[in-house]
Amino acid sequence: MNLNLQSNDFEIFGMAPGFGLDRAALDARWKDLQREAHPDRFATADAQAQRVAMQWSVRINEAYQRLKDPLKRAVYLCELHGAPIQAENNTAMPAAFLMQQMQWREDLDEASGLADLERMADEVTAARRDMLQGLQTTSDELRDWPALAQQVRALMFVERFARDVESRIDLLGQ
Amino acid sequence: MALLQISEPGQSLDPHQRRVAVGIDLGTTHSLVAAVRHGVAECLPATDGRVILPSVVRYLDPALGGSGRQIGFDALAAQVQDPANTVSSVKRLMGRSRAQVVDVDKLAYTVVEQDGMAVVETVAGRKTPMEVSAEILATLRFRAEDSFDDELYGAVITVPAYFDDAQRQATKDAAQLAGINVLRLINEPTAAAIAYGLDNGSEGVYAIYDLGGGTFDISILRLTQGVFEVMATGGDSALGGDDFDQALAAWVLAQQGVGATLNPSERAAVHAEARRVKEVLSSSASESFRAVVAGRTIEQTVSPADLEACTAALTTRTMTAVRKVLRDAGITKDEVKGVVMVGGSTRMPVIRRTVGEFFGQEPLTNLNPDEVVALGASIQANALAGNSKDGDLLLLDVIPLSLGIETMGGLVERIVPRNSSIPTALAQDFTTYQDGQTALALHVVQGERDLVGDCRSLARFELRGIPPMVAGAARIRVTFTVDADGLLSVSAKEQGSGVEARVDVKPAYGLSDEQIAAMLQDSFATAQQDIQARALVEARVDADRMIAATRTALAADTDLLEGDERQQIDALIEALTQAVGSTDAATVEAATAALAKGTEAFAALRMNRGIRQALAGKKLEEV
Repeated sequence: MNLNLQSNDFEIFGMAPGFGLDRAALDARWKDLQREAHPDRFATADAQAQRVAMQWSVRINEAYQRLKDPLKRAVYLCELHGAPIQAENNTAMPAAFLMQQMQWREDLDEASGLADLERMADEVTAARRDMLQGLQTTSDELRDWPALAQQVRALMFVERFARDVESRIDLLGQ
Repeated sequence: MALLQISEPGQSLDPHQRRVAVGIDLGTTHSLVAAVRHGVAECLPATDGRVILPSVVRYLDPALGGSGRQIGFDALAAQVQDPANTVSSVKRLMGRSRAQVVDVDKLAYTVVEQDGMAVVETVAGRKTPMEVSAEILATLRFRAEDSFDDELYGAVITVPAYFDDAQRQATKDAAQLAGINVLRLINEPTAAAIAYGLDNGSEGVYAIYDLGGGTFDISILRLTQGVFEVMATGGDSALGGDDFDQALAAWVLAQQGVGATLNPSERAAVHAEARRVKEVLSSSASESFRAVVAGRTIEQTVSPADLEACTAALTTRTMTAVRKVLRDAGITKDEVKGVVMVGGSTRMPVIRRTVGEFFGQEPLTNLNPDEVVALGASIQANALAGNSKDGDLLLLDVIPLSLGIETMGGLVERIVPRNSSIPTALAQDFTTYQDGQTALALHVVQGERDLVGDCRSLARFELRGIPPMVAGAARIRVTFTVDADGLLSVSAKEQGSGVEARVDVKPAYGLSDEQIAAMLQDSFATAQQDIQARALVEARVDADRMIAATRTALAADTDLLEGDERQQIDALIEALTQAVGSTDAATVEAATAALAKGTEAFAALRMNRGIRQALAGKKLEEV
């Protein structure tokens, strides 16, 4: 296969496109690719070679950041299959999910101590794990991209909430 | 002493000739230079045998004549006698405005604001932090050139991992002023990991706890088969051994009931005494603190427990950063295989004990904490210069602080999150706020907070000439590019009209290229040299390097070229070889540029081959 900077992330990493992937293999491939392309390899080379190295190194890092993060990977799969997320225009969510979000927000407002916050963080982590499992089924077994996009939008809510919990924990640590 | 090498006139640079490449640790309290000699990294000593150079510069009254300054131990010795003109800890001022320098009023010299930058007022005039640092760097450069009896090819300079873009840029500017070709800026803890990891053949996850004179860094690295991958980094660019000294001094003065404001000379003396007592207490059960302040002699017995108590808040601050960086790396402290201690301040027993208790293991201290950063930098410099036979060392570093731009309401939209692997480029689309808006002001900031006011302002620039559209219709793509040194450039493009603007982020308090050129004119770097002659030498070196690199590339991959492509490149090489004989720098540069352009497509083809081979699981050498 002829690779170029426009090849998709999975092609660049030589991996089958899908949600489930072998993280250890991804990390190893990333290092192999950077061994070839990193600007440090071209520190004494001419300016053209340095420029090409920079472009490739950047492209490899971009693909790696996207593939290693489950949420970004899922968003990318949706886009590749013509089902863009459009999070800002599409906020319709099942009522039950929204109820749970509101409950979490209230709990966070009322949480006072570190113990409360860490219990919430655990709960969110568990919810996130279940959702990722669902994403894998929808993507790799059902291959239902509009449904995947819907699940990704829900996961975005959860991740944002997880970040809010974390920053509350940070504030407490200071 | 090494034998001088004499080459025939006009002979081109032998591509296999060894290049003098060094690692420089530009520290808050002291600096070092190291190089790989006979396959071993070692710190280079001054003629008196000492490897450490105190990062202190004393400016003398120009009316007295002479060289006008003292650097290193001489300057340090004069600090108490002449505090106002003796600049120490200048690293704390790098890339900072006066207001941003922590405890600026506690410094024994006067810091004023000039063009948004903290500068030092001395008897020899105002000195920028870059100029002061350049004196130190130039001293180390001359030391290296004397050691090898050869010109310096380039240097890897270390910076605290937590340095922001402005501080990195200031460091690079200082090196340029000192006439040093910067091969790469690398992070201090990463350098320490290289020295440590290669020495011990380690594999696994390591924490590097680096408490220097003025900065604190904590980094988590994964070491696998010569690859040093920084997983996360954090710390505090204004917390170090100096603060422990200050805290001890303040405690002693409080115990003694000294409330009066000290004059600069007393302040310098008290600070120096605090440092001495702190150092003695690392291996002693008690020490007497003596100083003369406000006309009386004070004496206070200090125990290690006293020192611990009055600096406990500082120790705690470092451990808060340690917990945060573990979370960023997504690992628990049990997964850390070893903890490397770097920086002179980690000699304090309380630090070793606190870190050891947290990680549940004895920290590693078998390399000299003062030297380990310079040693690691020299190993990387040697590899970058192409001297190293095993090309297996690879650093994959990250950006320490998030980068973003200001949006409506003074909020920060993060574009590059912290701990992203570099080099990197990330883009985000923005739009206009008002109907008919034809310009957009972009404000680039760095930091983790949500409000612009709480982040570092890096640069402002404008995108003009956007065709008038209704609000929200324009699509402006802003791209942040961070290179392998961790330095940022930003571009903006309106997607519909193609209107473009870009800026290399030179912070307001950094130096413009013109300023650097002007400063170079009267600096030591070119004082005796005709700038024109220097430009010609540099153009010829670049040309020789380009020819050598192209020939190497052709030897390896000439089969990628089709038809007369090979002949065209050969013709360009021949033209450049002719041009090198010219005495006009511009002619040489033009021919070099022509060869560069003519090999553009070839470079891309070679990289594609390299990538394909990596995918096939083969290394280039094996094919």
